[in-house]
Amino acid sequence: MSRVLLVEDDPAVRRGVQLALRHHRHDVCAAATGEEGLRLLASFRPDVVVLDLMLPGIGGLDVCRRIREQDQVPIIMVTARGDDIDVVVGLEAGADDYVVKPVRARVLEARIRAVLRRISAPPPGTGRPRAEEHGELTIDRSGLVVTLRGAPVALAPSELRLLLTLSASPGQVLSRQQLLEAVWEHGYHGDVRLVDACVKRLRGKLGELSGDPRYIETVRGFGYRFCSR
Amino acid sequence: MARFPPAVGGLRFRLVVAFALVAVVSALTTGALAFREARTSVLQQSQDAVIKQFRDSVDALAPQIPARPDQQRLQSLVTEVARAHQSQGWQVLASYGDLRAGSSGPGPFRLLTADLRQSVRTRPNAVFQRVSVYGRSRLVVGLPVVYDTGQALPSALSGVVLYLIVPQSAEQAYVGAIVAAIEHAALWALAPAVLLALLAARGVLRPVRALRRATRRMAEGDLGVRLAVRGSDELADLSRSFNETAAALERSVTELRRLEAQARRFVADVSHELRTPLAAMSAVTDVLDDELPGLDRETADAVGLVSEETGRLIRLVDDLMEISRFDAGAVRLNLDEIDLAESVRRTLASRGWLDRVDARLPEPGALRAQVDPRRLDVVVANLVGNALRHGEPPVVVRLTVPDGQKEGAWVLIEVADHGRGIPQAALPHIFERFYKADSTRTRSESSGLGLAITAENVRLHGGRLRVENGAGALAAGGAGTDAREAAIRGAVFTVELPLRRQSPARAAGDPAGLAGKPPARCPADAAGERPGRS
Repeated sequence: MSRVLLVEDDPAVRRGVQLALRHHRHDVCAAATGEEGLRLLASFRPDVVVLDLMLPGIGGLDVCRRIREQDQVPIIMVTARGDDIDVVVGLEAGADDYVVKPVRARVLEARIRAVLRRISAPPPGTGRPRAEEHGELTIDRSGLVVTLRGAPVALAPSELRLLLTLSASPGQVLSRQQLLEAVWEHGYHGDVRLVDACVKRLRGKLGELSGDPRYIETVRGFGYRFCSR
Repeated sequence: MARFPPAVGGLRFRLVVAFALVAVVSALTTGALAFREARTSVLQQSQDAVIKQFRDSVDALAPQIPARPDQQRLQSLVTEVARAHQSQGWQVLASYGDLRAGSSGPGPFRLLTADLRQSVRTRPNAVFQRVSVYGRSRLVVGLPVVYDTGQALPSALSGVVLYLIVPQSAEQAYVGAIVAAIEHAALWALAPAVLLALLAARGVLRPVRALRRATRRMAEGDLGVRLAVRGSDELADLSRSFNETAAALERSVTELRRLEAQARRFVADVSHELRTPLAAMSAVTDVLDDELPGLDRETADAVGLVSEETGRLIRLVDDLMEISRFDAGAVRLNLDEIDLAESVRRTLASRGWLDRVDARLPEPGALRAQVDPRRLDVVVANLVGNALRHGEPPVVVRLTVPDGQKEGAWVLIEVADHGRGIPQAALPHIFERFYKADSTRTRSESSGLGLAITAENVRLHGGRLRVENGAGALAAGGAGTDAREAAIRGAVFTVELPLRRQSPARAAGDPAGLAGKPPARCPADAAGERPGRS
C-alpha cells in the first residue's frame, strides 16, 4: 500500500515492526544502521521513514538531518520514553512526528496514515481556484506549491500542512491543541512541542527566524495566527 | 537563657559584670588596706610631733610656775604657750584645782572628756585623745605638770595640768585625699576591666558563635560545613568534635545517597533493558489480536493472554520509567494555556468514561489556565480510573475555582466515588509506590504506580493533592449540593493547582471560545518562544 523505510538497530524490534507493518499491508524495507538507511533512501524511494533515534554509528538525529537535506519525505522518529531533549532536537532536525518506545503497531500505523494523509488528503481551504498572495509569499493550494519571492520553498509535509491550516483563515488565532488535532491528528492532549518545533522550522524556511515574524505570529497564551500583510 | 534578651542574659554581659565586680572589689580592698595603714601612720606622726612640741614648751615654762599658782599666773602661762605656736592654731588650757584658764577663754574645756581629766589628775603621764565635733577632728592632749625629783622615783603631781587642743584639719584633708584617690583608682580600674571583659568575651564567644552558625548551616542541610580549630582549649576541643561529628554524618549521608541513587539507577536500568524486548513484543501483539478469530479456542485463549499481559507489562515499564525520571529530576513541564473544562471533558471522552462519570464542569471558555496538558490528562485519568476501579458509582468529577478568589487563586479538581472509602490506616500511604489499600485485590489494571505518578505530576505543577473519606469535600458546594452528594461516603481526591495565566482571563461564558474571536491586538513575538521552553 505504502512504502515504509524502517531504520532500527535491534533485530527483534526490527522484525516485530516489520511484521506488524506488513500485516497492515505496507511495503517495508528495513535497515539496521543509519548508513544503510540513507543508502536505501535513494533506491527504495519510501513514502515514509520510521527512524529510531538510538542508532549505532551515525545517530538518528544525523540521519534525520541528512534525509532532510535531500528529501521532504515524512519522517516519524521513535524515541525512548519521554527523553524530552531528544524529542525537541529530533523535531527541530526535521522529523514530522514521533512515537515513544515501546510502541504498539496500531499507534505507529495511525501515525503513518496521518502523515501520509498530510500529502494526499485535500488540506483545508482547497477549492479556491487561484494561488493566494501574502506579501512576498505565494501559496498555491491546489498545486501544493509555496513560493517566497518567486522561489519555491521545500516544505516537509507537516510544515506544509501547518502553513495551509494557518493561512486558510488569516488573522484567526489557532491554539496549539487545535493545530495538533488539525495537522497531526493527535488527540486533545498531544504534545504541543510538535507545534512549536514545526512553527520554528517553518519560520526558518520562510526566512523570518530573526527579528519580527512576518507571517506566523505567536499570540501568548493562545496559540498562533497567520498574518496576511 | 531564652527568657532573657541576649544583651542581658548573654555570656558577654555576664562576663563584663563579673570582670567589673572583681575590678571594683579588688581596687576597694587594696585601697582600704592602704588607707588604714596610711591614715594610722600619718596621724601617729603628727600626734607625736605635737605632743613633743607641747611638752617642750611646757618644760621650758614649768620652772616659773609657782607651787600654788593663781588665776593670773595660769592665764599668762597658757597665753605664752599658745603664742609660741599661734600659727598651728593651738588652744591651750590650764587647770589647777578649781582654777581654769584658756588661751581663748574657758569655753574649750567642754571638749575635755571626764576620762581624760581623771587620767591626768591621777597619773603623771601625758594623755591624748582625738575628738570629733561637728565633723571636725581635734587632737586633745593633757599634760600634768610634775615635780622633778631627779631620781627614779615616781614623779609627784603638782596639781597643775595643761591641755592642748589642736585642730587636725591638715591631717583630715590628707586622709580625705587618700580616700578620693582610692575612689578614683576604683573607677579607673573599671574601664580596663570592662575592656578586658569584652576582649575575653570575644575570645570565648567567637568560637561559640562560629559553632552556632555551623550547626545552623548543618541543620539547613549543608553537611560540608567545618570549623577552623585554633588553640587547644575546651572550645577548640568542642570545635574539633563538632568537625568529627559533621564528617561522620556527611560520610553516612553520602553513603546513603549513593546507595539510594544506585537503587534508583538500577530500577531505571532494568526498565530500560526491558523496553527493547517489549518494543518487539508490543509491535506484534496487534497482529496476534487480529488473528485471534481464526484460531482454535485454546490457542486463541493462550494468544489472547500473551497479548493482554504484554500490554500490562508495557504499562508497568512505562510507569517505572516515568517514576525513574521523576526521581532523577529529569521531568519538565511543557506549559500551555488551555481550557481546563475542555481538557477534563476530553480526558473522560477519550477513555469512554463520559457516561460513567458525573462531570460537573464550568462552561467552555470560562476557566483557562497554564498547565502541561498531557500531565493534567494523566492526573485526571489516574484519579477517575482509580475511582472507577476501586470505588462505587456514581463517580463525580468537579472542577471549580473556590469563591472569593480571582487571580493567583487555585483550581480545585475533585474526584469522588460512593464506595466504602479507603481504610483509615491506608490513607497516609495511598500515594506511595506499589501500595495496595485493598490487599485482597493484588492484581488490577493499574501498575500500582498510578497515584504516585499523579502526586508527582501535581507537585510538578506546584499544586497539592490530598485524599479524604466521606461527605464534606464535595457537599460543601452550596447551591449545587443535592441529597446524593450529602450521602457521599467514598474517597474524595482533591487536586489543587495554582491558577496561572499568561493573559487576562477572557470574559466568562464566551461560547465562541478561541476559534471565533481572536484577541483584538496582534502582538508580534519575534522568537515565538514561551517561558520554560527550549
